[in-house]
Amino acid sequence: MEKVLLKNYGKPDSHKIENYILSGGYKGLEAAVKLKPDSLIQLIKDSGLRGRGGAGFSTGLKWSFIPKDPTIPKFLCCNADEGEPGTFKDRGIIDHDPHLLIEGMIITSYAIGASNAYIYIRGEFVFGTNRLQVAIDEAYAKGYLGKNIMGSGFNLDMYIHRGFGAYICGEETALLESIEGYRAQPRKKPPFPALAGLYAKPTVINNVETLSCIPSIVEKGAEWFSKIGAPKSPGPKIYCVSGHVKKPGLYELPMGTTVRDLIFNHCGGMLHEGRALKAVIPGGVSAPLLTPKDLDTPLDFDSLAAKGSMLGSGAVIVMDQTTCMVKSAHIVTRFFSHESCGKCTPCRDGTPWLTRVLGRIEHGEGKPGDVELLESLCTNIFGRTFCPLGDGAVMALRGFVKNFRDEFQFHIDYKRCMVS
Amino acid sequence: MFSENARKELEAILKKYPNKRSAVMDALRVAQNEGAGHITKADMEEISRVLEMPANEVHAAATFYTMYRVNKPVGKYHIQVCANISCSLMGADHIIKHMENVLRIKTGETTPDSKYTLSTVECLGSCGTAPMMQVNDDYYENLDEKKIDELLGRLK
Ligand SMILES: Cc1cc2nc3c(=O)[nH]c(=O)nc-3n(C[C@H](O)[C@H](O)[C@H](O)COP(=O)(O)O)c2cc1C
Ligand code: SF4
Ligand code: FES
Repeated sequence: MEKVLLKNYGKPDSHKIENYILSGGYKGLEAAVKLKPDSLIQLIKDSGLRGRGGAGFSTGLKWSFIPKDPTIPKFLCCNADEGEPGTFKDRGIIDHDPHLLIEGMIITSYAIGASNAYIYIRGEFVFGTNRLQVAIDEAYAKGYLGKNIMGSGFNLDMYIHRGFGAYICGEETALLESIEGYRAQPRKKPPFPALAGLYAKPTVINNVETLSCIPSIVEKGAEWFSKIGAPKSPGPKIYCVSGHVKKPGLYELPMGTTVRDLIFNHCGGMLHEGRALKAVIPGGVSAPLLTPKDLDTPLDFDSLAAKGSMLGSGAVIVMDQTTCMVKSAHIVTRFFSHESCGKCTPCRDGTPWLTRVLGRIEHGEGKPGDVELLESLCTNIFGRTFCPLGDGAVMALRGFVKNFRDEFQFHIDYKRCMVS
Repeated sequence: MFSENARKELEAILKKYPNKRSAVMDALRVAQNEGAGHITKADMEEISRVLEMPANEVHAAATFYTMYRVNKPVGKYHIQVCANISCSLMGADHIIKHMENVLRIKTGETTPDSKYTLSTVECLGSCGTAPMMQVNDDYYENLDEKKIDELLGRLK
């Protein structure tokens, strides 16, 4: 497959606007401003593009919910919070090809009628923030941002808002709260951001990778895009591979590449010869893990949902036979507990409790009945949390316990690890 | 207290938003950079005046986001080793132990000369080059003992 999202990745000075233009950049924008905003929205709908931030919602449909009234100010927010453990694709685009994202954002703003766009980037990405700011300045200097962009009469200003260490800011309404200067706690929905988002104005929130798909769709057409990869979730997808493989990294492949093909073909197989694959987390730590029997599952939204897991952010974390599943479950649950925003009780109180129980099991201090305790805590949290973070914690933990219950029990019974 | 430069920076920041309150995160960051890596009560009071928002709400924001260090000074170099899943699979525990041995402090502590603070953090979005850490603003990836020793030798 011809690369779309990572085509400039790794080329010398790929972040500079001259090189981006030389590689064919800003052609999508040139074509877009000749279209009516409604036709653009239809084009994105027809392409079948689904959001790459985790939920897989139709991007064109999301845009179509924005009111058409030109007197109402509208906003675009790019979600570059990238906090789901295992995920590093948005950083790849921002560091190596910031103009791809900026072009996608300008086209999107034009389509929805936004005259202000914010990029919400996690605070630790200092390098990427600087890269983006330089790229935004370059785009202003060339007339791709500012007033009357490419003679279209369309005006757009673009700003960076830096997060400062809180995973929950990746949840779209918490992100809006954060830009408005509040603690980042999710909002009640409805109203949905498309009607009342940033400063209570219609707002589209899209992930970096989603927005970076836009220029090539405008340039090459909806049909071209819809024919790549899985029919119901088409397009190129960046998989972030980490853990026990020979060649971890970013892989841009057709959506629906199987786990087996990704690990054993593209990534060169397992890191250590002779060690077998034990488990794979297919979509960031919120996604329940898969075991070797699921290796032929295509990595796309629907196929993974059918297996009781999810594509999430496309972060594929590979674990070999030496991995302690109790320790891994502890790390993952500790993460959610650390990142709980504190708004609702089941998550605020439940995730630290899960973490404490897992910690004692891991360290050989587990008590008989602790596995059952974990399960009953999960039942009490699941479905009762205000936002998906709490449910994500439970789904992830259930994946560990369901598939590796004997390891948890061994830790409790023998006060030591079964595998390491 | 904000220096002349910081005030200028803040003025530019205010232009990004339709209201003043939205600048609170950037203002706290500027204060932290100015104030040797941490934020004081006086900083928050000044921000509350400049942004015309209640001081307790500035405090609420500052304590919500983990990168703000409210009354928590750190050493000249803040070493933050990622302890999340991908880094753990690739030996983060070993990296942390090595750091503790070399710096002769435990995780969470600062060396007596105030040069280094050692912390662990959650995923920093660099999992394909695990294990990794951040020292002040910079990422160091694919770590091993040798790389760490070389780096510590270079940090003056
Ligand atoms: C707890 C939580 C964390 C999230 N973190 C991110 C994130 O870091 N980046 C992201 O793009 N979306 C994240 N999302 C999903 C967003 O809420 C939202 O669905 C997404 O940004 C929409 O963009 P898309 O349609 O382009 O995918 C998160 C959701 C939840 C519930
Ligand atoms: S589920 Fe957790 S993160 Fe979400 S609102 Fe409740 S406490 Fe906050
Ligand atoms: S797990 Fe360490 S950087 Fe992501």
